[in-house]
Amino acid sequence: MTTQTKQEESLNDEWEPKILAFLCNWCSYAGADLAGVSRIQYPPTIRVVRVPCSGRVSPYFIIKSLMDGWDGVVVSGCHPGDCHYLTGNLVARRRFAILKELLEFFGIEPGRVNFMWASAAEGERFANLIKKATKIVKKLGPNKKFEKKW
Amino acid sequence: MVIIMGIETENSEIENSMRETARSLLKEKKVDVIIGYTNGTVPLSSAPIMITKEEEVEKLIWNNLCYVNLAKYLVPRIPQLIDPEKGDLKVGIVSKGCVGRALIHLSVENQINLENIKMIGIPCNGIINRKRIEKEVGEKEILEVFAFGNDIVVKGKDFEQEFSFEEYINELCKVCKVKSPPVLEELAEICIGECQEISSIGDNFEDLVEFESKTTEEKWDYIKDTLETCTRCYACREACPMCYCNLCFVDQNKPIWFEKTTEISEIIAFHLVRAMHLAGRCVACGACSSVCPMGIDLNLITRKLEKIVKERFNFTSGIDSKKMPPMMDFSMDDAEEFMLEED
Repeated sequence: MTTQTKQEESLNDEWEPKILAFLCNWCSYAGADLAGVSRIQYPPTIRVVRVPCSGRVSPYFIIKSLMDGWDGVVVSGCHPGDCHYLTGNLVARRRFAILKELLEFFGIEPGRVNFMWASAAEGERFANLIKKATKIVKKLGPNKKFEKKW
Repeated sequence: MVIIMGIETENSEIENSMRETARSLLKEKKVDVIIGYTNGTVPLSSAPIMITKEEEVEKLIWNNLCYVNLAKYLVPRIPQLIDPEKGDLKVGIVSKGCVGRALIHLSVENQINLENIKMIGIPCNGIINRKRIEKEVGEKEILEVFAFGNDIVVKGKDFEQEFSFEEYINELCKVCKVKSPPVLEELAEICIGECQEISSIGDNFEDLVEFESKTTEEKWDYIKDTLETCTRCYACREACPMCYCNLCFVDQNKPIWFEKTTEISEIIAFHLVRAMHLAGRCVACGACSSVCPMGIDLNLITRKLEKIVKERFNFTSGIDSKKMPPMMDFSMDDAEEFMLEED
């Protein structure tokens, strides 16, 4: 066990996590786009899924992606009050609050699942948050708890 | 002193008054059918029963083994409760605290009409956790159960074992604050018999402190060990009064969200999503744990759900018919300390 952990630690320097990002069409996706066209550097760890609204993101998506082997999940939407559908992100926020607490209670590192707000004008903020999320997931190491044994 | 109800004849006052109420309800035609409990086919069990005739009232029983949440039989609507001409029948339902809460919550979710329902309220002091007793007894067959003082005595061929009542009730019953069905101001007449008025439940969730102080790894080990034996028979779902979806997410096959194996990751995913679906809706009846054939105690998860909605949204399910459950509602000023922020 200890040797394995040591090996992992040494591997962690090169190991890059794979993070699945659900970005809302109206704010965060545009924010990511802005980060791109503004040439702001951020880690190439995320793979983006564009969703109509953060309210579209069901807990199924998040748990399913962890089961499929993603090391982390990021869900990003418009700031509260800015939702294109008025209340989608408020509904989502309640859902995320409960999911995050439950994950922690079940002993799954809550850091694997991150939620954030980023508007279409906040390219820099988006890049910073992705940097932060990558750092958190990197520290946690590969997602092993949902690994299939057979 | 603890009264172990019904198992012993001298403690059957509640049972008798319940039968009287049921009889008069049927006689006065206030209800068409009564849903209650009757003796199970084996010792240490009970079974649900539907009664339409006055003579059958004697079949009704009440004791500490009545673990089923009877609200389950109202949603989805079963043919026995619908008259082809009159429409929905009027139902009398033998209600301990959690059955009452389930009924109120189902009406909040617009699943039932409380005007068609009469609750026969019963003060409940805890449901015996038969799985734990069966586990302790082991392979031996239980032939007889009776109460002796504060103990439950289980008897079989050449053995006799005593279990302390206070120790061997469901974990949820130990911390239960709603012993008999809550009274609703606007619909006070639906509750007959023993009912209590509750405005809010003060709870400090002391029983969770120990588990929550563990590290993430310890929690994972504990949850993994507990749920490992789960065979995914979905008895917990079938017994839950709040699980009334036409198609459950685990039965859905387009898309297949979660596979149907008993791989630990699949089991955890099932229980996680089940917990997610019950947030703000669970009425803490403990029926899921009582029916589990593997004897898995799901009460810890149930308690956590109660705690989350109580602390975050100050909501307790099934005591207020006007307050919106948290997952059906939203607010601009919810706490968002869990969101990722820039340094």
